[in-house]
Amino acid sequence: MATLVTIIVFILFLSAILTGGYNKELMDRFRSHWLWDWITTVDHKKIGIMYGIGGGFFFILGGIEALLIRTQLFYPNNDFIVGRAFNELLTMHGTTMIFFVAMPLLFALMNMIVPLQIGARDVAFPFLNAMGLWFFIAGGILMNLSWLFGNAPDAGWTNYVPIAANEYSAGTGIDYYVLGLQISGFGTLMSGINFLATIINMRTEGMSFLRMPLFTWTSFISSALILFGFPPLTAGLFLIMFERLFGANFFDVAAGGNPIIWEHLFWIFGHPEVYIVVLPAFGIMSEVISTFSKKRLFGYTSMVFATILIGFLGFMVWAHHMFTVGMGPVANSIFAIATMTIAVPTGIKVFNWLFTMWGGKIRFTTAMLYAVGFIPTFVMGGVTGVMLSTPPGDYQYHDSYFVVAHFHYVLIGGTVFGILAGFYYWWPKIFGYKLNEKLGKWNFWLFFIGFHLTFLIQHFIGLFGMPRRVFTYQPEDGLTLINQISTVGAYMMAVATILFVVNVIYSYRHRVPVGNDPWDGRTLEWSIPSPAPFYNFAQLPKVRALDAFWHEKMKGNKEMEPAEPLGPIHMPSNNHLPIVIVLGFFISGLGFVFRSNEVGALGLIFAFLMMFVRSFEKDHGYHVETDEVEKVEKGVKA
Amino acid sequence: MSTAELEQAKTSAKLPPHPERATMEGRNKILGLWLFIGAETVMFACFFGTYLALKGSNLDGPTTQELYQIPMVAISTLILLVSSLTSVLGVLGMHQNNYKKMMLWFGVTVLLGFSFLGLEIYEFVEYVHAGHTFAGSAFGSAFYTLLGTHGAHVLFGVLWISGLLVQVWRRGMSLDMAPKFFSASLYWHFIDVIWVFIFTVVYLMGKV
Repeated sequence: MATLVTIIVFILFLSAILTGGYNKELMDRFRSHWLWDWITTVDHKKIGIMYGIGGGFFFILGGIEALLIRTQLFYPNNDFIVGRAFNELLTMHGTTMIFFVAMPLLFALMNMIVPLQIGARDVAFPFLNAMGLWFFIAGGILMNLSWLFGNAPDAGWTNYVPIAANEYSAGTGIDYYVLGLQISGFGTLMSGINFLATIINMRTEGMSFLRMPLFTWTSFISSALILFGFPPLTAGLFLIMFERLFGANFFDVAAGGNPIIWEHLFWIFGHPEVYIVVLPAFGIMSEVISTFSKKRLFGYTSMVFATILIGFLGFMVWAHHMFTVGMGPVANSIFAIATMTIAVPTGIKVFNWLFTMWGGKIRFTTAMLYAVGFIPTFVMGGVTGVMLSTPPGDYQYHDSYFVVAHFHYVLIGGTVFGILAGFYYWWPKIFGYKLNEKLGKWNFWLFFIGFHLTFLIQHFIGLFGMPRRVFTYQPEDGLTLINQISTVGAYMMAVATILFVVNVIYSYRHRVPVGNDPWDGRTLEWSIPSPAPFYNFAQLPKVRALDAFWHEKMKGNKEMEPAEPLGPIHMPSNNHLPIVIVLGFFISGLGFVFRSNEVGALGLIFAFLMMFVRSFEKDHGYHVETDEVEKVEKGVKA
Repeated sequence: MSTAELEQAKTSAKLPPHPERATMEGRNKILGLWLFIGAETVMFACFFGTYLALKGSNLDGPTTQELYQIPMVAISTLILLVSSLTSVLGVLGMHQNNYKKMMLWFGVTVLLGFSFLGLEIYEFVEYVHAGHTFAGSAFGSAFYTLLGTHGAHVLFGVLWISGLLVQVWRRGMSLDMAPKFFSASLYWHFIDVIWVFIFTVVYLMGKV
């Protein structure tokens, strides 16, 4: 009966859309609303801002989960959150932070900055770009709906079978994980393809590969990792979905399956994933350090090749997460050596950053503070990484808090510091005003000290024998004080995060418009107005050297030399289909979670039908006429 | 090529040589499709790996040697290979500005695609009768996941090309359509290559 109702509603809905049999006036009112403009936008800058808002929202959510975890661990034998609820919290914390915070916030910066850095008016696939955003939001919402409907995923962010199988995790918890990640994964893959094609095809005249700014380079390599890293996750999630929903037997040993298949597929994705989120942060650091040292990046070419090498080696080391599975000494040794090799290109990068600062005219802005704080923090995470890469050592550290400390050092010390540095650095370019520096410095120091207070001690918690993912410990274990120190640090980071939000609001209220180039920047994005006009470049610039804008400034030019005469600019039109297609996938995901395969199938049919509608669309975009461009340019300058 | 020339090319019947690469949009589309094929290759590799790991776990069901019927699969293979050829002839027609030829050959490609799907469904029904089911054993799960994913790709391909044919039939050929046909044919070749691997790794190696 329910199915029948769903089908009828669905058909009515569909025929309404296809025949246009709805109230025209109402639609006009919708269309003239500012929200409609944002929902249908294909402008990479607006999409970037929405990625930022979405990622920020989930960051707060994931942060609250972390605080609840640390609160539970404040006392031995605490009964604040125990058992399954604790498992749900740690699972959702990890998954949210990786997929719905780190990735979208990096996509936010990539969307906002990469096209500007390569001198492009748009990305290669504006439509796909919008779809990627809505996929991320749909996946994030779908997964977090599990809190509202009860029964959140509880098998850890790695979701190992058999604890993720129906037998050990009954209910719909894991299904939210599987379908939420599947949906957001489609979006990530689209964005990855989009950035690869953009960077390969859309560079302006003279912007050769070896003149690209390092943030563009790292985004490029990171997108390549997405391209080859996400499909194994897609495949693995399909297997788990079929196992849980349709009775397949990939992982059930009794039916001839093998649970190790999931571990391999997950880590073939999972290890490149950590480079996907850290490489763009390396790029941001390179930009920030070079700008605020007023020096060209030391060893630019070696930086580029180190990035490529890290990307390549990132695919060769996944089994170091599985040393204790019992693959045998040969496999363990090979993967151990491959893992240690990664320290070489990473070391090259660290020394290049240090040598860039050496003899530079350093300005300690908040962005630079984050970059400088990043270097020792990340090196510490790297050193524990090399420790973990030795199999005999790993047998000791495995599944202990030592591992937790290690990956928070690289993921917060690398990715989060990078994202925050990037926001402080590019905020004026995106919004036209700076974030407050005084509040920014408070934000940095609180966050930096809070971070080390939380996680430095966790190395020792681990070495003293506390396993990760347990919800309590005993008073006689001698772990009470160090756990309490860690919890205090976590609250300090929370205060720092609140301070960042305060800073955003305060800086908006007291905004002072800045010019094109508030930091005395080196790359193309600083040669155009802040915030960038919707067409980015009135005339595409001609690039004559690395650090193109700096090169022109040194030659006494105030602006880039144009590569083309002023003329009409072609722009893509807004489109509501991205969100409509994603809605189909979202409904489908929800249907499968509730084990209603009919709704699941209908959602998919709807989504594919909308794709065909898109294929039939005659969407040639529109032209911005020359006089309009001139008007906008004058308005910006005045 | 300037914008004015492009506008003209869009409306005139004669497209420039290599129309699929004449616009930036077209070049982006083709590059994007190549990248997508790269990603799909990795996904299929994962399903192949899973299949190879689990193909001996047939439990009570038939083994690969008992199950597979090479003659029928050989016919499927032939059909799919020929359909790849016809899609090449279609693109050739496009390059010769002979749109009747293009539509004809892409039409044949669609028909061959559907007959392949028909044969595959027939084959699956036979297997289920022989006791080889999706939920029956790890081998069954891995087999149907790999083959089913490929079949779903074939289905998407024929629907996609059919959609393109309807567009040209209703509106006539234009410069926008060229990269669409070209990338659809690229995608079709990719599906074909995957099938060659399935034929070798699943069927031929299953017989030894």
